[in-house]
Amino acid sequence: MSNAAPTPRGQSNAAPVLRVEGLRVAYDHARGPVRAVDDVSFSLSPHERFGLAGESGSGKSTMALSILRMIKPPGRIEGGEVWLEDIELSQLAPDAMRRLRLAGIAMVPQGSMNSLNPVVRIRDQIGDALADHGTKLSRRALAARVRDLLVDVGLPPETGDKYQHELSGGMKQRACIAIAICLRPKVIIADEPTSALDVVVQRQVMETLGRVQAELGAAVILVGHDMGLMAQFVDRLGIMYAGRLVEVAPIGEIITAPRHPYTRLLIESLPSLEKKGGLRGIPGLAPLLRDLPSGCAFHPRCPRAEARCRLEKPAVRPIGPDATVACHFA
Amino acid sequence: MTALLELRDVTKTFAGGVLGRERKVALERFSFAIDSDRPRVTAVVGESGSGKTTLARLLLGLVPPSTGEVLFKGCDLHGLNAAGRQDFRHHVQAIFQDPYEVYNPFYRVDHVLTTPVRKFRLAASKSAGHALIEQALHAVGLQPGEILGRYPHQLSGGQRQRIMVARALLLRPRLIVADEPVSMVDASLRATILGSLRKLHEELGISILYITHDLATAYQVADSILVLYRATVAEAGDVEHVVQAPQHPYTQLLIGSIPRVSTLRDWAAEPVQGERDSTATGCRFADRCPAAMPRCRTASPPLFQTAPNRAAACFLYDGAPALPEGKVATVLSAETARQAPVPAA
Repeated sequence: MSNAAPTPRGQSNAAPVLRVEGLRVAYDHARGPVRAVDDVSFSLSPHERFGLAGESGSGKSTMALSILRMIKPPGRIEGGEVWLEDIELSQLAPDAMRRLRLAGIAMVPQGSMNSLNPVVRIRDQIGDALADHGTKLSRRALAARVRDLLVDVGLPPETGDKYQHELSGGMKQRACIAIAICLRPKVIIADEPTSALDVVVQRQVMETLGRVQAELGAAVILVGHDMGLMAQFVDRLGIMYAGRLVEVAPIGEIITAPRHPYTRLLIESLPSLEKKGGLRGIPGLAPLLRDLPSGCAFHPRCPRAEARCRLEKPAVRPIGPDATVACHFA
Repeated sequence: MTALLELRDVTKTFAGGVLGRERKVALERFSFAIDSDRPRVTAVVGESGSGKTTLARLLLGLVPPSTGEVLFKGCDLHGLNAAGRQDFRHHVQAIFQDPYEVYNPFYRVDHVLTTPVRKFRLAASKSAGHALIEQALHAVGLQPGEILGRYPHQLSGGQRQRIMVARALLLRPRLIVADEPVSMVDASLRATILGSLRKLHEELGISILYITHDLATAYQVADSILVLYRATVAEAGDVEHVVQAPQHPYTQLLIGSIPRVSTLRDWAAEPVQGERDSTATGCRFADRCPAAMPRCRTASPPLFQTAPNRAAACFLYDGAPALPEGKVATVLSAETARQAPVPAA
């Protein structure tokens, strides 16, 4: 499985593999709809690793699910478009959408322990995924395919004969990656794939995800809240706050020179291993989506807030070829 | 001098597998003492399965040791009389990982604060008790008006966890055992909660045992650190030294695996060895260790004292004197002497 693509990852002049335009997702609530994703747009180049970071409740997981149209009631997609190359996903019939999941866009879920079927062997779970998407293989060919996939994600081939309870957390997450890549998707969405793992295992799993992604030539969306993990893995990072994408920039720029005050605080809140005294939180609490502050939703917590921020919602402005920001002062 | 709380050569095994035939050793021949005369913040760090939560549960008396002793002020914790138990519950407080599970959803959150005031007769009158509660809430950065009278589900995880810190503070304990207190709250809130714990230590002289898998917060909060690897101590000592120049290969791997923002993509290029190793004789880390020598597979290394304030259980340091069995605490408290030198007699 070699795919030695000469193009560097994340090159912006390549046609995007995934394009999200003005996506809006709301959850219906007794007191009216609550908007969890508010007019979000971004695009993903082939091979690119894009990160979506934010606090809990910022809408990052809803964002990931809505790309796959997997939002369940009371949630619903209110508007916007999601393009996978030249297919607009909201126009697809439910059955076509079902076939496109896994084959076109695959997901590596957060809690791998809850995602694998406890009464089906790993090999049969991979086999089911292949069969369900119309891959017809002889028994021997299927066995070989499953073995290759397991070896690809760094698991011993015998793992196929096991049940999920026989695997460690890291092995389960690798098994989920094997399922995610079995149809060679163009986009892999990984929603906090390592949040339940120890740091050493996290590093191993992320290395594996990065390697198989490069071999496939797929793009990755990594959803998470660990800015350190983002710095180690992604090419470009988007920061979500209260359902909006408040800043997007290449990882080198956003880490060294964040433009949005929230991004800066998020980076500074990561405890440092270099020097003591670096424990700094973000003042205040993340806002409730059903009761958002006026103007810029971040203004009550923002050290730079002025009168204008209370009145006027900052628009998302481009600030570079691959970067946008939504702040009056950035 | 009697230690406040001491584990003496404690082993804890759990039965597992079909009919309990498999034995799992959660903590092996572990000795550790918390000395209340010299309050310290000690971090216990390790991956899941390293025995760190078992350590907390042993110290809190929630599980009895399989062999060895747990002593509170020199007496067996599990043989205390009623007065002794009351004393233990007053002076040793716990903060647990999950701020959602420790509350009874049918009671207002006031309940967890008024109960200790009543049970331990902390205040002479109801209004004095109320003032005490308000003071404790202020100390952890909460507004009493926004907290009291609410039910747990009306508060965020961070608020609930800070109420737990306030509750511990009410009792003015000598020791707080905090088992992963911030792993379930957002990164932006962790600093606030850990900051309030650190403040309790500095202002009230409370010892804190901070149990975590997160080395970075351990570094920020603690004075000394104990790195556990599969039921035994891999490395111990002053936190600054251990984090900035780890000696045990496991600590090195752990620190090298923490994703940082300061440098992009600096995760070492060399692949990390297998995820779990087999239980064989010798050093438990040998199968994953890049520096493993033949002897590592046959004998298990004792803790070698590589400096007055640190020790590592690794044969790479066998030139250093081996720390006497059960004396881990000596390297953990050595740092106090260094920071505040005792005037020469």
